[in-house]
Amino acid sequence: MFDLDRWREIFQSINKNRLRSVMSGFTVAFAILLFTLLFGVASGLGNFFKSAFSDDAQNMMLVRVWKTTKPYKGLQTGRAIQLKNTDYNYVTEEYEDQIQYQSARIYKNFSIKYKNEASSYSVRAVHPDHQFLEKTLMDEGRYLNNRDLREKSKVIVIGRLVKKDLFGEKPALGKRVNVNGSSFLIIGIFSDEGGDNEERIVYIPVTTAQMMYGNNDYISQINLGYNPNLSTDAAIAFGKKVERDMRKRLNIHPDDQSALSVRNMAEANKFVGILMFALYLIIGFIGSGTLVAGIIGISNIMIFVIKERTKEFGIRKALGATPGSIIGMVVQESVLITTLAGYFGLTLGTYILSAIGNSLEETYFIKDPSVSPGIVIGATVILILSGLIAGYVPAKRAARIKPIEALRAD
Amino acid sequence: MIRIEKLHKSYPIGKDSLHVLKGIDLHIKEGEFVSIMGSSGSGKSTLLNIVGLLDIHDEGEYYLNGQLIKDLNEKKAAILRNKFLGFVFQSFNLISYKTALENVALPLYYKGMNRKERLKVALDYLDKVGLKDWASHLPNELSGGQKQRVAIARALVTNPKVVLADEPTGALDTTTTDSVMDLLKDINDEGMTVFVITHEEEVAEQTKRIVRLRDGVIISDTLTKAAKAQ
Repeated sequence: MFDLDRWREIFQSINKNRLRSVMSGFTVAFAILLFTLLFGVASGLGNFFKSAFSDDAQNMMLVRVWKTTKPYKGLQTGRAIQLKNTDYNYVTEEYEDQIQYQSARIYKNFSIKYKNEASSYSVRAVHPDHQFLEKTLMDEGRYLNNRDLREKSKVIVIGRLVKKDLFGEKPALGKRVNVNGSSFLIIGIFSDEGGDNEERIVYIPVTTAQMMYGNNDYISQINLGYNPNLSTDAAIAFGKKVERDMRKRLNIHPDDQSALSVRNMAEANKFVGILMFALYLIIGFIGSGTLVAGIIGISNIMIFVIKERTKEFGIRKALGATPGSIIGMVVQESVLITTLAGYFGLTLGTYILSAIGNSLEETYFIKDPSVSPGIVIGATVILILSGLIAGYVPAKRAARIKPIEALRAD
Repeated sequence: MIRIEKLHKSYPIGKDSLHVLKGIDLHIKEGEFVSIMGSSGSGKSTLLNIVGLLDIHDEGEYYLNGQLIKDLNEKKAAILRNKFLGFVFQSFNLISYKTALENVALPLYYKGMNRKERLKVALDYLDKVGLKDWASHLPNELSGGQKQRVAIARALVTNPKVVLADEPTGALDTTTTDSVMDLLKDINDEGMTVFVITHEEEVAEQTKRIVRLRDGVIISDTLTKAAKAQ
């Protein structure tokens, strides 16, 4: 295939017939441009859906409790359900294999004071894994660790905005703050992509909170990260199983949604997945239709071109060109035009997408539309194949040209 | 060099067929300068096409350079054309977007010679037809006579066994006709077999042997004055 002389012949022929080549490339360039834009917009929609939940881990699963709304086993309606350490331990041990991250969470609301500055903040008492579940990003210092939990240390990790409120531009790491009357050491400052509210909170060890506020083993909710190796369906099934188990364990009616619920990201993921699949299916259909139209277009123009070049091919054959070399030349020319035109369309499309960027996020729910390298590679293969298909019929015609007829003095 | 025995060729026209060549016997030896004369419809172009391996005959035998031409597929015919034959056409048939030099070098491309070498050889042949200075010109920048010289250089560049010229002067005026014929004569003097098809008496007179064709048969085969004078 790589014959420098053949390429030279083709470049010469394309170069000497620029308008014709541009015309034949246009349809394919347009098809690929359209395809790129559609695909980019679809992926932008997908990105939006994903990012709607993405300040938390994609595999997050929350076990939450409230009050019963149905009587069960002689127990009344309206009973408040309380999760305890034993429940947390039960879930994490029972389903160890299906769990990647695990953390309990206790909600409190306390006033936090540093020197003369004080304000009320939401306090979350958690386990170290909570960092990954909540996608907490450490700006300075460190997150809570197992030693903090074991020693019930009075340490605190504060949000970026908490630090800003209490310390301004001054350093906060290593300083002590007063939390509801007790002195806590600041060991870290974090940020979170979930927005301002997520940065106006503080984290303390769950054990410390239990010891200091009530001296009990209560927890507010259980946060899990299911094993990412689970398929979406398996993860959904896992969530249902945990839900059933916990209801049984806590004597809750199996259908009592408000007493205990498991919020599973897998379900949202599945929904987005189905939506995106449908979207890509539609786009694939439109895109490939356009591409087929492009291929037929280029093939038609090539046939016309072959007619125009009948004499040239006749001359070449008289001078010793074999039918094979004529076919090779035409097909190669077609592949070259298709690929170049396609890449032009692809580049233009990518450029437009990157120019759009996030500007459509607010109104049209399109976030960071783009095409992945996989798509680009796929498109390359498709383009070369398209060129082959588009070139083959005209090439066969060119090879059938009889020199006598082509060269008949006119 | 060329030996033809009892050659027949018909073309189908609807249900009937037109019998164009009706038993041609012709023997052309190496180094001959032969012209085929005949009015249109006499079958001279068909004969040239068969001799030039651009068409196949129905009956009879054709030996080119001692090789029996039979059951040729297109690829074999292309290779033989490239190796043994050089063509000169009435309408020149240069490729319009290639320079004179590139046109001359084209047969060498199909022979598989590398670019550097074939451009060098092509330039030698352009020099031979007196157009070295016009090497980088496109065909439409050349006069008719110059175009035909380029075509002759192209026919010669592979060093073929036979040069086949189909009405080589048909599109030229008297002066350029003479200069082109002089060129063909020079080539013949160097030992090349030249086979010309023409309907012009003056052109035929400048060759060494005239074969006259009428209605698909040879009616005369004579040496010219030029040949007798030698």
